[in-house]
Amino acid sequence: MPKISLNMITQRSIEEGAAMEKGKTNPDYFDACSICEMHPDDMKKAGIWKNTNVLVTSECGSVIVKAITATQYVPPGLAHIRQGVWANQVVPPRTQSTGTPQYSGFPVTIEPAPDEKLKTALQLVQGSVGLWKGGQ
Amino acid sequence: MPKLIKGVGCPYCGSSCDDIEVLVSDDETRILEVHNACIIGTNLFHHANDPTRPRLPRQRQPDGSVKEIPYEEAIDYFAKTLLAAKKPLIYGFGSTNCEGMSAVGRIAEKAGAVLDNCATICHGPSFLAMFDNGYPSCTLGEAKNRADVVVFWGCNPMHAHPRHTSRYSIFPRGYFTQKGQMQRTVLCVDPRETDTAKLADHHLMLDQSHDYELFDAFRTVLRGFDIPEVVAGIPREKIKEAAEIMKKAKFCMIFFGMGCTHTDGRNHNIDAAISLTRDLNEHTKCSIMAMRGHYNIAGPGQVWSWQFGFPYCIDLTKGSHAHMNPGETSSIDLAMRDEVDCFVNVGTDAGAHFPIQAVQHLKKHPWITVDPNFCMASEIADLHIPVRIAGVDEPGVVYRMDNVPIQFRAVIKGLPGVPSDEELFDMVYERMCELTNTAPIWLAAKEDRKYPQNPAVI
Repeated sequence: MPKISLNMITQRSIEEGAAMEKGKTNPDYFDACSICEMHPDDMKKAGIWKNTNVLVTSECGSVIVKAITATQYVPPGLAHIRQGVWANQVVPPRTQSTGTPQYSGFPVTIEPAPDEKLKTALQLVQGSVGLWKGGQ
Repeated sequence: MPKLIKGVGCPYCGSSCDDIEVLVSDDETRILEVHNACIIGTNLFHHANDPTRPRLPRQRQPDGSVKEIPYEEAIDYFAKTLLAAKKPLIYGFGSTNCEGMSAVGRIAEKAGAVLDNCATICHGPSFLAMFDNGYPSCTLGEAKNRADVVVFWGCNPMHAHPRHTSRYSIFPRGYFTQKGQMQRTVLCVDPRETDTAKLADHHLMLDQSHDYELFDAFRTVLRGFDIPEVVAGIPREKIKEAAEIMKKAKFCMIFFGMGCTHTDGRNHNIDAAISLTRDLNEHTKCSIMAMRGHYNIAGPGQVWSWQFGFPYCIDLTKGSHAHMNPGETSSIDLAMRDEVDCFVNVGTDAGAHFPIQAVQHLKKHPWITVDPNFCMASEIADLHIPVRIAGVDEPGVVYRMDNVPIQFRAVIKGLPGVPSDEELFDMVYERMCELTNTAPIWLAAKEDRKYPQNPAVI
């Protein structure tokens, strides 16, 4: 499978804010945050089709998200996952001794994973601390 | 008859809009309509109607399930857990009122805890830069009435502070800016073409994480020296043009956000931004402002500075002296080094917004969540205590992004039996005093306390 190395940022979006205020277990929150935006050229290089799932891997973890056409233009070489549960699966906790993690500007590899399923917010967070009781 | 309440404050982003109108049912228990608010604020108010909102504390059982327990039991567990911990961490406070922040200070002191707020993962680096370099700022009214050049550096108000541009920065017609938007030149510095960049007259689409170089280039140009042909992906001519616009401004206003504080360099980016502001004041009038995130995230900075002398990352473990050193006493660093043995999450969602490795470290120890709603932090907590929602069913003071205090009001009646943050923390404080056989001196000294109702109890 082809892979592509990109620079990842995690930022706000109004859809994310609006969904969060409906509740983090609301389906809107899942739709708003489990996505990754990147430049069409980068998607082509890695063989990623629009609206298919991809595996994003950083130095400290990985997550399955859906690759979509950018809602706000992203230049080649840059990728964006909206802040939230999915983004924070791959955000490195290194703080440069300031208390603030590396939320923006960390290297990731992205590869197509069209057959992998997205996980819900609860599944990701409860799963990572051994409390998830549901199915896969 | 449904009642229309005017002058309501919106408890979401740092714009802290206080011109919201809310239509409530005649028994004042339901919100029917929300006027003037953006979609986020509207959703927030409507979410308060949710009939599934928790009304009782829920404690995790040995088999992993959760069970509802009475408030007395939850307060007892809260107090005992804090007292048993060697170094508890109390974190959050983006979304509660100043009364709650003040009340939690008394608990933290009693418990010898580390007290931290969301600034630590947000505008904490801005605080560090302010300590180094000062904060030449102003209020948002100044920006509205005077600013003819507005710079959005690493922030995206169209998404994060949706009514910021229409209330304070671009569109309003102010005293000296009567032509509104027509009179203002808007610059946006962002690696993406955000919706804010689309509004701007000039978009400097820099390479991500190269803000420091660009600040340096601006300062070099302002001082009359030459710069390389391209800096941070921006051509020299474009930088000179933008610097000239800022220099020629009558009043230049720089807003900055996570594009500076979350990227490489952290506080040094802000430091350079503040230096640029100082430099511009040689030529014109220039102010800088942090785009604070939550409606009252400036509050803990104010309240705890008055109480302890430090805005965040406050280590109270010595008992008699407060100590602050982000990097050593910040939530993420403490979590990653396993230096805390109890975590209290108040008015925030560490479960969703901390890097997952930090969550895994914190979860090794007791985790208490104080939050009006279900969230990730409540769903992995050992104890979830529901409280009233500040700005919706609990009034209080909040500090806007420019540190202007605003009195928020309650629009609906709170759920019966559910306390506010302040009442809950006062009850926990009193229980801690009982358990340690000490006098609840802070409660006795509190003239306007809501709990206990009868001062003779003390």
